[in-house]
Amino acid sequence: MTRPPIPLPPLRRPRSADLTATFAGLPLPQGTNLPPYRRRELVLLVFAGVLATSALAALTFADIGELSLGIFSIGLGFFCLWALAHLAVRRFAPAADPVLLPVVVALNGLGLVMIYRLDLAKSEAAKQAGRHIPPGAAQVQLVWTLLAVVVFVLVLALVRDHRKLARYAYTAGLVGIVGLMLPIVPGIGTSINGARLWLRVGPFSFQPSEVSKIIILVFFAGYLESKRDVLSLASRSVLGVKLPRARDLGPVLVAWLASLGILVVQNDLGSSLLFFGMFMVVLYVATERASWFLVGFVLFMLGAVLAGTLFTHVQIRVDGWLHAFDGDNPSSTSYQLVQGLYGFAAGGITGTGLGEGHPQKVPFANTDFVMASLGEELGLTGVMAILTMYALIVLRGMRAALGAKDTFGKLLATGLSFTLALQVFVQVGGVMRLIPLTGLTLPFVSYGGSSIVANAAIIALLLRVSDSSRRAPEPASDAPLFDPGAVADSPTQVVKTT
Amino acid sequence: MNRPVRKVAIACLVLFAALLVNANWLQVGEASDLKTQPTNGRQITERLERERGAIVAGDVEIARSLPSNDQYKFLRQYPAGTLYADVTGYYTLFTAAGLERSQDVFLSGDDDRLLASRVTGLFTNKQRRGGSVVTTILPAVQQAAAQALGDRKGAVVALDPSTGAVLAMVTSPSYDPSPLASHTEKTATSAYGVLSRDPAQPLLNRATQQTYPPGSTFKLITAAAALSQGRQPDDRVPAPDQLDLPLSTVRLPNFDGERCGDGETDTLIHALTISCNTAFAKLGIDLGAETLRKQAEAFGLNATFPDFPLQQARSVFPAKLDGAQTAQSAIGQYNVRVTPLQMAEVVAAIANGGTEMKPYLVSELRGPDKKTISRTNPKELGKPVSGDVAAELTTMMESVVTSGTGRKARIDGVSVAGKTGTAEHGTGEPPHAWFVGFAPSDAPKVAVAVLVEDGGGEVGTGGAIAAPVAKQVMQAALDTP
Repeated sequence: MTRPPIPLPPLRRPRSADLTATFAGLPLPQGTNLPPYRRRELVLLVFAGVLATSALAALTFADIGELSLGIFSIGLGFFCLWALAHLAVRRFAPAADPVLLPVVVALNGLGLVMIYRLDLAKSEAAKQAGRHIPPGAAQVQLVWTLLAVVVFVLVLALVRDHRKLARYAYTAGLVGIVGLMLPIVPGIGTSINGARLWLRVGPFSFQPSEVSKIIILVFFAGYLESKRDVLSLASRSVLGVKLPRARDLGPVLVAWLASLGILVVQNDLGSSLLFFGMFMVVLYVATERASWFLVGFVLFMLGAVLAGTLFTHVQIRVDGWLHAFDGDNPSSTSYQLVQGLYGFAAGGITGTGLGEGHPQKVPFANTDFVMASLGEELGLTGVMAILTMYALIVLRGMRAALGAKDTFGKLLATGLSFTLALQVFVQVGGVMRLIPLTGLTLPFVSYGGSSIVANAAIIALLLRVSDSSRRAPEPASDAPLFDPGAVADSPTQVVKTT
Repeated sequence: MNRPVRKVAIACLVLFAALLVNANWLQVGEASDLKTQPTNGRQITERLERERGAIVAGDVEIARSLPSNDQYKFLRQYPAGTLYADVTGYYTLFTAAGLERSQDVFLSGDDDRLLASRVTGLFTNKQRRGGSVVTTILPAVQQAAAQALGDRKGAVVALDPSTGAVLAMVTSPSYDPSPLASHTEKTATSAYGVLSRDPAQPLLNRATQQTYPPGSTFKLITAAAALSQGRQPDDRVPAPDQLDLPLSTVRLPNFDGERCGDGETDTLIHALTISCNTAFAKLGIDLGAETLRKQAEAFGLNATFPDFPLQQARSVFPAKLDGAQTAQSAIGQYNVRVTPLQMAEVVAAIANGGTEMKPYLVSELRGPDKKTISRTNPKELGKPVSGDVAAELTTMMESVVTSGTGRKARIDGVSVAGKTGTAEHGTGEPPHAWFVGFAPSDAPKVAVAVLVEDGGGEVGTGGAIAAPVAKQVMQAALDTP
């Protein structure tokens, strides 16, 4: 008994899928239907653009009391800038997570508006004092944002398959270390605010450790992908805790020493912590051994105590943290911290409103203390929204790691997401006096070129991993594995139907 | 391998949770603590960026905020200079005094009663504005009081006896609060430095913050205690030329060695009329320290007036008095000390049929839109004497003005009740000159207390120095519709 094959109803392809297919570089597998990821991304992106434009409008209204059409053209320009990134995702990573990019754009928009707002305060103060008006930081940051979009597109275009990066693990390790050491080289390295972290070319200064962070993570992930079995299986038991063999500790010690080196040579507590935390987490994920954490924690505490006793700048930070309000502290070591806290307090629950507070009272209001500026003018509401946006980025990154089909991708995505989370924690926690203050930037928001460029690359890599994890596996061939008709006609009764 | 990734994700969430909790703690829990830190310069900036409400007397703005073109948006101004300084107080970059201090929450716009206007402000994007405070001060009476007192050190308080409203409060020397409100820190601090170092203490509100020996004006309280115990104004009381003080070799003479009555006894009304010291000192001994203190406390001594919006000093009737001290206290000497406001309250209570009204200075609070938000209702403070005793005291006080020491307070066509005081203090200084009283005595509209410190530099009695001041203040109050 032969049944005529029932034709399946044609799958409804969403319009955006056509658009995606038009831009997609890699052929989508036939018959598989992607959810309208990119359309969702576009809608969210419009929302992020509206958010940034409204913030600018609110600021302008507070500043001069009227609105002009110019604001909307600036808003449109900002949206178009990031729309380029969106188009690149459509073409190079059509199945990637649709939430990551819009959240980044929203954060970047808020950051730009706040930097511009602080520019206005500076020029106002200069006007009153009769000094000449300093050049605006917002314009410079906008140029860096453009550069960040370019880097974002380049990473997506060049890294079509993140697994290929694993091949360059050791090269990456070398480049990363050299990058880290560059600021020490006399002539091109510069010290800013006591930390020797910058390269200066003309008016632009660049912090190579931001980029080195990613490159070194590629090395970590590549190295651990190949060595994870050795590291996770061979162990000794000491006092009931399974500890890794001494000779396998080598890389951990190297990472520890490297992070200490950053601390000693470059006076950068934050980056040091970031590197070490990043390495420990990738090691843990690779080996699934919590005992590595124990080793890492002991080493970290050792390093912290050592740094605390040896280096005065660490002592100053810790002292400023513990005794922020004591004696003459507000006028000396913890002055900026305390001013930032006053900013948060002034903001309260709803904030003063953009342009209505005094965030310029805090030193470094647009870099290290940008969160205090946002906390003052957008209030607790704004701070919680911003923190939630970061949490969203981190969780989406972790989701990409969970879906990744290869070890390297998992390690890379976890490492990148965790680094972002740790950086936000160390940065915001420092400004809010939860932990001692360290000189890190707030990703996508702080004024600073290297930060936004490096973080754009991180998002591009996360999108790359996410794209590969969400793509359906390509079927081996179009031919069915067996012919149903042949089965039906065979003498053997496969299924008794009556 | 997904298990450790999930754990790392959870660890990240814990980090974010810590930040969220910390943000809540910082911006809500700890915010008010941080706002009041002495190193927090934001508060100053914030309050000077708002339009602070005006302080009003009658229809005159006695303190107001005008737009300024410097680093802050509004400048506090006091158009009448020194005239109302003791009422308004001052408002500097760092601190405030007087009504500016006690009414700050309302003036600055933070008061919950201004919530409605704040909510509309939220949508119209306008800065929060303060509400205005309307005082009970009548500009005409205030001016008359300041003029009458002139540049002599002292204080004048005028009350409406039926409500307790303060109609005038002048203390001298005073100060101009405007330079203290300057936005230039240097100007403000140097102005404050000059005022605070001045030995004449211009920043001191002598009407409420300073106590003085009441002298003979205290005889009103002694008389009130005696009348309350059943004595009559016409009762004869011992009034020797010199009184032997118990357990002491000191003999208390009369003022200028005068004789009261027949040199042995005198009527109570006549003793008050001529302010006979021996008669009231003996009366005090007979009544006992306890009775005197109870009567004094019924009028409000040994306490401050509740809810009064200016800083007050406590008027004192001392505890544990021996006979000699009781005698001296009964005529307002020894350690009895009163504020001019307290003495004004004493006569106001007598004027009001024995019912003492709570003194108040703020009659009304208005929103930024000038709409009335709240109005002060007069409240009774107590009944220190009965209606009959109050009437008897009034008769006795009328006699003081018509034929006694207070003749200089007489007003044509109006019956005035009063009592003079000449309070000795320390050595070498002329005595303080007092006059307390009210008018018209049959239907009182105003009660006053006038104190001229050290008699204004001349040796004279309260009747000679203070009574004319009181007369002009009462006259101004009676002329005010």
